[in-house]
Amino acid sequence: MATSDSQAGNNPAAATPLESLPDARGHFGPYGGRFVAETLMAPLYELEAAYASAMNDPDFARDLARDLSDFVGRPTPLYHAAALSAEAGGAQIWLKREDLAHTGAHKINNTVGQALLAQRMGKTRIVAETGAGQHGIATASVAARLGLECVIYMGSEDMRRQATNVYRMRLVGAEVRSVNAGSKTLKDAMNEALRDWVTNVDDTFYIIGTVAGPHPYPQMVRDFQSVIGREAREQVANAQFGGLPDALVACVGGGSNALGLFYPFLDDAVACYGVEAGGKGVASGQHAAPLAEGQSGVLHGNRTYVMQDENGQVLGTHSVSAGLDYPGVGPEHAWLKDKGFVHYVSIEDAEALDALHATCRREGILPALETAHAIAYARELAASMRPDQTILVNCSGRGDKDMASVAEAEGTSL
Amino acid sequence: MNRLDTTFAALRDTGQAALTPFITAGDPSPDATPALMHTLVAAGADVIELGVPFSDPMADGPAIQSACERALAAGTTLADVLEIVAKFRRDDDSTPVILMGYFNPIDAMGLAAFTERATAAGVDGVLVVDMTAEEAPDTLPLIADAGLAPICLVAPTTSDERIQRICNHAGGFVYYVSTKGVTGGEGIDTARLADEITRIRPYTSLPVAVGFGVREPADAAAVANVADAVVIGSSLVRQVATYNGSLDDTRNRLHETLAAMRQAMNSAMNSIPKTSKTTRENA
Repeated sequence: MATSDSQAGNNPAAATPLESLPDARGHFGPYGGRFVAETLMAPLYELEAAYASAMNDPDFARDLARDLSDFVGRPTPLYHAAALSAEAGGAQIWLKREDLAHTGAHKINNTVGQALLAQRMGKTRIVAETGAGQHGIATASVAARLGLECVIYMGSEDMRRQATNVYRMRLVGAEVRSVNAGSKTLKDAMNEALRDWVTNVDDTFYIIGTVAGPHPYPQMVRDFQSVIGREAREQVANAQFGGLPDALVACVGGGSNALGLFYPFLDDAVACYGVEAGGKGVASGQHAAPLAEGQSGVLHGNRTYVMQDENGQVLGTHSVSAGLDYPGVGPEHAWLKDKGFVHYVSIEDAEALDALHATCRREGILPALETAHAIAYARELAASMRPDQTILVNCSGRGDKDMASVAEAEGTSL
Repeated sequence: MNRLDTTFAALRDTGQAALTPFITAGDPSPDATPALMHTLVAAGADVIELGVPFSDPMADGPAIQSACERALAAGTTLADVLEIVAKFRRDDDSTPVILMGYFNPIDAMGLAAFTERATAAGVDGVLVVDMTAEEAPDTLPLIADAGLAPICLVAPTTSDERIQRICNHAGGFVYYVSTKGVTGGEGIDTARLADEITRIRPYTSLPVAVGFGVREPADAAAVANVADAVVIGSSLVRQVATYNGSLDDTRNRLHETLAAMRQAMNSAMNSIPKTSKTTRENA
């Protein structure tokens, strides 16, 4: 990493057409778009129109703001991780505490928005996919509150890794359906949720949990998650923080927490770092880092970077974190990578586990395994920067859900 | 005139609907597929739809998804699928073959390389399940320019305005997805089907095929009464799934299943007047 990146920022604002993307066809440059079965085109247009109408409706804005404050618990604080910073020996690391949001992760910001939209559209049934369970829990909780039927698709391997989350979803009334196809993880759960939606399009709303899928999902999820970055922009103006951060760091699976944090800062002189799951090492092939090692392809309704073989078959992924275990990435990230507006790096399983322990020990905060990838990179980055510089890390979720995975990875029995 | 046009013209003269079986290429193995295709022709197939296996077939149900997994486990690639068609062509130069699959394997091969190799192998048409009218301008004209029919889907949720847009760049035939849902799902509602096909006819002179949910010979007969082609997929793929090491057994089961469909369609043709097709020809 280069220290100059964090001082110069990413992009000359004058040359950045950020506000205009996606275009009318849902494209971010060559990425994005709508690659789905014909049956889904009508509901996608219906959703696009309903979303545009909602975003121009003061009543919807009022309801959303009320839920974000009273149900989600926003604003989430900025926290100075002083001990972690001192240990890293360089820049000051701050955490945007999305782990303190209701249900324990940033995922709730988007599910509140989409569920209100579903209710506004008269849909009575919600389907969603989940990997680590954070999106599933957020969706199930919002559905319970609004009295909507809820079905969550989850890979059987992820259900094994995240058993307590499955129970929690069931406690709030959701039906969790096991997916045994393919790699039995997030991508297969997404296929199954799409199949459900195509079969039940009349009464069902599909809440996609990340900035992927066919247009308008990448845009809609980005917009709902951008509350993180908008809030952070206001918070960094306080005297203690002292203005814009030098760098932003967030983990990237599909990429919703990263885009939520980065998007409101993209025209500023702030370096953005997206951290993918390096698994057992990108060179090993056992990872979930499509931006590092993937090629442009079409998966789950959009064109983006995809981990695939030379024949266009989607590869299995590996990460200690179920939430990052996805072979694609949101199309806007693909475009931001090509343009050089965001730097994408990867962190391996062992480095993430080490960062998780350090954050527990030094700060008394148990981050999600996803978040631990971002913290691991922030520690490296901090060491290359001056003590008067700042790094804002999106603490995207809490790690209670991951205790069994962490214990298993380290050979500890609970 | 390509094989699809020739076949549909001949069937139109006799008032028959095209029996269009679907199997997944490479299931149970790439070597076995040409033989299974010949079996389908012997059992009465007019057009063969060959599935290109994909790791994430999101519009397909469990039967075809499992077939994709078996084909991929057997090492089947898109290049292998084209080789399968070339092998089939050595003994059958008249039965049209169309490929049905998802865009990513084609994209990975490169659209230009794909169209050139598919044409050389003897492919007649291509149906890309996830290629919507919105994304098609970058793709379907290149397929059509190569002499391959760009077959397009129309769904129950498709508006009339959109049907027109789809038909503008469609070739070969229009494929009507008879049910909301994935392949192999709920049974077909034949009563509603006639109205739906009537909705498509004003926008195209292409034949209209119906697929998704045709499970029993009676379904095939009812669909043949109102459509120009009947696509039989999951019920055949389930027969291949029972492959036990003996290709002859699988060929026998495929033959039996498809021949029953053919017989039912022929009986229906003899007993019921073809009102809807007349409507198309007058349109």
